[in-house]
Amino acid sequence: MENTSIIKIEHLTKSFPMGKSKFTALKGINLTFGEGEFAGLVGPSGSGKTTLLNIVGSLDVPSSGEAKVLGESIGSLTAKGAARLRKEKLGFIFQSYNLLAVHNVFENVEFPLLLLKYTAAERKKMVMEALDWVGLTDKVKSKPPQLSGGECQRVAIARAMVKKPSIVLADEPTANLDAANSHNILQTMVKLNEELKTTFLFATHDEKVINYLRRKIFLKDGNVDQDEISTN
Amino acid sequence: MIKFLLKGLLRDKSRSRLPIIVVSIGVMLTVLLHAYITGFMGDTIELNARFTNGHLKVMTRAYAENMNQVPNDLALLDVDELITELNKEYPDIKWTPRIQFGGLVDAPDENGETKAQGPAMGLGIDFQSGRSGEAERLNIQKALVRGNLIQHPGEALLSEIFSEKLGVTPGDEVTLIGSTMNGSMTMYNFKIAGTVTFGAEALDRGAIIVDLEDARNALDMQNAAGELIGFLPEGLYDDEEAVQIAKTFNEKYKNDNDEYAPVMRSLSQQGSMGQYVALTKGWTTYISAIFIIAMALVLWNAGLLGGLRRYGEFGVRLAMGEEKGHVYRTLIFESVFIGIAGTVVGTIFGLFFAWLIQTYGIDISGMVKGGALMMPSTIRARITPVDYYVGLIPGLISTVLGTMLAGIGIYKRKTAQLFKELEA
Ligand SMILES: Nc1ncnc2c1ncn2[C@@H]1O[C@H](COP(=O)(O)OP(=O)(O)OP(=O)(O)O)[C@@H](O)[C@H]1O
Ligand SMILES: [Mg+2]
Repeated sequence: MENTSIIKIEHLTKSFPMGKSKFTALKGINLTFGEGEFAGLVGPSGSGKTTLLNIVGSLDVPSSGEAKVLGESIGSLTAKGAARLRKEKLGFIFQSYNLLAVHNVFENVEFPLLLLKYTAAERKKMVMEALDWVGLTDKVKSKPPQLSGGECQRVAIARAMVKKPSIVLADEPTANLDAANSHNILQTMVKLNEELKTTFLFATHDEKVINYLRRKIFLKDGNVDQDEISTN
Repeated sequence: MIKFLLKGLLRDKSRSRLPIIVVSIGVMLTVLLHAYITGFMGDTIELNARFTNGHLKVMTRAYAENMNQVPNDLALLDVDELITELNKEYPDIKWTPRIQFGGLVDAPDENGETKAQGPAMGLGIDFQSGRSGEAERLNIQKALVRGNLIQHPGEALLSEIFSEKLGVTPGDEVTLIGSTMNGSMTMYNFKIAGTVTFGAEALDRGAIIVDLEDARNALDMQNAAGELIGFLPEGLYDDEEAVQIAKTFNEKYKNDNDEYAPVMRSLSQQGSMGQYVALTKGWTTYISAIFIIAMALVLWNAGLLGGLRRYGEFGVRLAMGEEKGHVYRTLIFESVFIGIAGTVVGTIFGLFFAWLIQTYGIDISGMVKGGALMMPSTIRARITPVDYYVGLIPGLISTVLGTMLAGIGIYKRKTAQLFKELEA
């Protein structure tokens, strides 16, 4: 099932200007991901995990080399094109949830569907389905400040998943959660990965997350150090 | 999407409250100032119209040349005929003859010797014909401080301050020393019927008001008058209309080379009143411009602060595939909404305070001493239909402008940078 490649990264470098010189955060990455993977970029702080995830998420562009996501070359996408790719095919989960504080659970999850111009009836059905996946159908009207951290992150997962994207990118999704909540949301994501065949790509240094990954890509100083695929 | 934005706007008080307060205050001040200045300028114009300029004034060309010297030797003759003609030509306009004159007022003691003396600004007004409307126009009844109005020939009203200066009271006799139309000296006795205060500095300093016929007798001006003044039917000065009427009137005498031929001047064509009328037309624009700039600056800053606070939201929305241009447009949409809300609130408050000033007035008599124009000593706002929408321009433009300026910062920022800030 992991035969079709949906992310293809070749000789990718990324450098940032640092005063007069520049700092190279990614130094020639080659990686390929297939459909339905449950993979993670693992490595110490500053190793380039977020930088790589941002490029795959079309939020940033490579300095050289190629990053192809679902057939689209990230480096040559227009701003509009990148926005469309994110809107239609990508879901994001952040460390700090980033829910819209003044909007309730339903509205937060509904937002990506507003951009996709679904009708109200379709939106309602899809949002309730997504909230069912994460077990939050009873909190529809709650606002983020009234929710626990674990609940917030489950809302964020529902928001990322509601449009059934091809790829979900999750940057340190458990960093603000305790062990029980971390396991809970990881199990939810594993379940969604299996049921919907969504590809998950993490950036993390959390042991709990690493234990759930079926593929671990160890980054070190902007290079791929190891690429481990577990067999279980 | 619109519902989503409005919900956010209404629930996030910090997003809507400050801008709405700023806009409300700005709009309130705009409305208030508009009503206030309309009232003040309008009152000033009407005051000058009633006491000196009329909405229209007919004089001889020679008199018009030296109008501020009130040269009665150049006055209009055969006034009754001229008025008949004017009434026929402009039946809606009220015409009335007046004589302005200068002179000395002399107050004698028991022995007939001069007790006190002072220069006077004289006004001969048609009280007796009973249809001139002058008593109401000058609001003489209300201006009366002591004594009575003029009821008999040979009576005069003195301004209260002037009467105090001369040490005379109603019932006393004074002598007007002046020059006749032909240039010879004249002395004419008046009995003081009463004293008046108009609340207009220029007039209250030293006015003597007498009946037109007495002025004619005193100055040898039978069936003559320095000026005929006309008032538009609506009671308020309308510059376009007045200028047009004066133009058609003067057209008729175009080929008459006589320097004593009549000439008509609108209020705006008389001395410094022209500048004043021009000012009344332009100031709405100036005030609106000032408030637009001031409010836009405040809202720009508020927008920047609000924008900083909302980087998280913008980052998430961009990450979810909303286009930057769309985020920017939704901000503008929000600002239009805030502009309208602020305008409504501000207009209500502005009208309320304007109404207070319209009803109760503000005494500014201490501030209007001296000066060429006659100014009312109490400012009353005047609410006009314009006040109901004048705030919309600064209210809307400032919010949209402020948001556009603040939004540029967000717009220019790299998506990746915004996204990074999410993690902080
Ligand atoms: N915009 C930028 N300008 C300059 N340097 C940057 C920028 N973004 C990232 N870097 C640098 O690139 C390197 C990799 O950063 P990155 O955020 O990808 O690390 P990370 O592996 O996600 O670390 P962490 O685990 O702390 O999140 C770091 O040394 C960082 O300082
Ligand atoms: Mg990181």
